[in-house]
Amino acid sequence: MSNSTWPLWEVFIRSKQGLNHKHVGSLRAPDATLALENARDVYTRRSEGISIWVVESANIHATDIDEVDSFFEPSDTKIYRHPTFYEVPDGVKHM
Amino acid sequence: MEQKALFEYVLRMADDSLILGQRLGEWCGHGPILEEDIALTNISLDLIGQSISLFDLAAALQGEGKTHDDLAFLRFENQYKNVLLVEQPNGDFAMTILRQFFFDAFRKPFYEALCKSPITQLAAIAEKSLKETRYHLKHTSEWVIRMGDGTEESHARAQAAIDHLWRYTHELFYEDAIDAELQASAQVPSLKAIETSWLETVKAVFAEATLEIPANNWKFDGGRQGRHSEHMGYLLAELQYMQRAYPNMQW
Amino acid sequence: MTLAEQEKRFQEKIDNEIKIEPNDWMPDAYRQTLIRQISQHAHSEVVGMLPEGNWITRAPNLRRKAVLLAKVQDEAGHGLYLYSAIETLGADREQTIDDLHSGKAKYSSIFNYPALTWADIGAIGWLVDGAAIMNQVALCRTSYGPYARAMVKICKEESFHQRQGYESLMVLCKGTPAQKAMAQDALNRFWWPALMMFGPNDAESTHSEQSMNWKIKRFTNDELRQSFVDATVAQAELLGLTIPDANLRWNEERGHYDFSEINWDEFWQVVKGNGPCNKERIEARVKAKENGLWVREAANAYAKKRAMKKSA
Ligand SMILES: [Fe+2]
Ligand SMILES: [Fe+2]
Ligand SMILES: [Fe+2]
Repeated sequence: MSNSTWPLWEVFIRSKQGLNHKHVGSLRAPDATLALENARDVYTRRSEGISIWVVESANIHATDIDEVDSFFEPSDTKIYRHPTFYEVPDGVKHM
Repeated sequence: MEQKALFEYVLRMADDSLILGQRLGEWCGHGPILEEDIALTNISLDLIGQSISLFDLAAALQGEGKTHDDLAFLRFENQYKNVLLVEQPNGDFAMTILRQFFFDAFRKPFYEALCKSPITQLAAIAEKSLKETRYHLKHTSEWVIRMGDGTEESHARAQAAIDHLWRYTHELFYEDAIDAELQASAQVPSLKAIETSWLETVKAVFAEATLEIPANNWKFDGGRQGRHSEHMGYLLAELQYMQRAYPNMQW
Repeated sequence: MTLAEQEKRFQEKIDNEIKIEPNDWMPDAYRQTLIRQISQHAHSEVVGMLPEGNWITRAPNLRRKAVLLAKVQDEAGHGLYLYSAIETLGADREQTIDDLHSGKAKYSSIFNYPALTWADIGAIGWLVDGAAIMNQVALCRTSYGPYARAMVKICKEESFHQRQGYESLMVLCKGTPAQKAMAQDALNRFWWPALMMFGPNDAESTHSEQSMNWKIKRFTNDELRQSFVDATVAQAELLGLTIPDANLRWNEERGHYDFSEINWDEFWQVVKGNGPCNKERIEARVKAKENGLWVREAANAYAKKRAMKKSA
């Protein structure tokens, strides 16, 4: 990285109380303080948020695309984890 | 009589906001990096917004049926009452940020005090503007610190901007008969206490930034009386161009 | 998995409208096409700030000044959303910007036309943002996830751009004869460049077919251009302005407006760098980057010092 290139940050915004922070994009900033300020100006110009997280992109760890099958397919077959797997007579309420 | 003084007082504030907002608008599309381009434009937008509220109030106080645009665009140069600081050219990024920092460090305690004014419209504008100004001051302080304690070059540029702009800072606390009259009836705050607070902020930020207050304490003023620098005429030529070239039209 | 199998799986995803995400396998040509197209789009947003930015200091009243500031600022934001999408493809933003500055990367040639009067600001909002929206709405469903999501955000913000431009022209058209003449003059100058924004005719367009197969593009240049003309004629009538094309007329049979052939010589000249403002636009961007160099370096140097102090 050249001396003038700022690191990349991922930006997460909570749009309102009660919702998760959601990934909205990225930006360049020299440090966390300015990353937050830049995120405010870039991603919340129209009151899109009440809270911002920034994470340096280099610190994000992701699942490996080559392992998608072993990571996620096993849960596809465990349908008993979903409520619709179970049959309940029509008369039962509040369930 | 007090009405007249208040009109002048509000006009001074409005002109400060307008002229500084106009200056920052020149950066749009030319910032040092896209993220900061957006940040400078945000500050400009806040200042233009503040000037609209202030000109509206001034027009109401004046009672001649003028609009905020009449006041903003259709006066002669010596009728603009902004401080010299805000009309100074953008220069490099250091000059722009230091100019803004000096102004924000003044406006924040000023608005805090003005929130307590019994003139409700003015207190309301101060309250709304205070939130914006706090953010501006935070942002410009961050940058003063980064430039001061960054590289040799950025330090030198920041210090040069300070050395040049220092002479204009004193005028932020300029007071005359207008202030005296309004302060006597406790309508507006004294600028003495605000100057103390301003200096504290400047010293604290400069200490962190390893920057220094210039030894030369030579001071300029004149803007509050309508006596401007050579730069003002050019600024107004652009600002007023449409209104002067096409008088009495709607846009 | 062999390359052929991977390619087959990739195309199946595209055909089934499954979005491609950053870490997914993709053909190299798909990646390169996206980087080229998205960076071109990002550069257009940023260079596009310049002609309008010229008028911020001269806006005729405070409301228009604030609107224009907010509008041009949005374009900077759009540029950023798009650069952010490019970085997910492993491209470096600063590198793509250097390609713009060296003339290797292109941007929309419309921004090489000058904004000469206040009416041009209205015309740019109405026609240029209007044409851009036509393109961008189609791109909201593009096959690459980050690009599509950036487009959704951009489209939401764009709608005010076109409306403020149209509103501003409406005021001029209802104003004095001088104002109305200013508006007509702006339309005369921006109409053809706006139509050129959709690019060469389909027959001449080199990248079109593969991009359609990959669903990067969803409509052809000519389809989008036609939709734009069809939508804009009535808007011009409502303003009381005349579109500068003697051959413009409704074609009952086609269900579309016919219009004259674009001056393609002019189009290619401007693309190749010979438009009225190509030089000024690139110079302004180069200057901004060069003047900003010490600023970006300073912030990095400071961050490094702080990090060292923390760990010490
Ligand atoms: Fe655009
Ligand atoms: Fe845009
Ligand atoms: Fe736009």
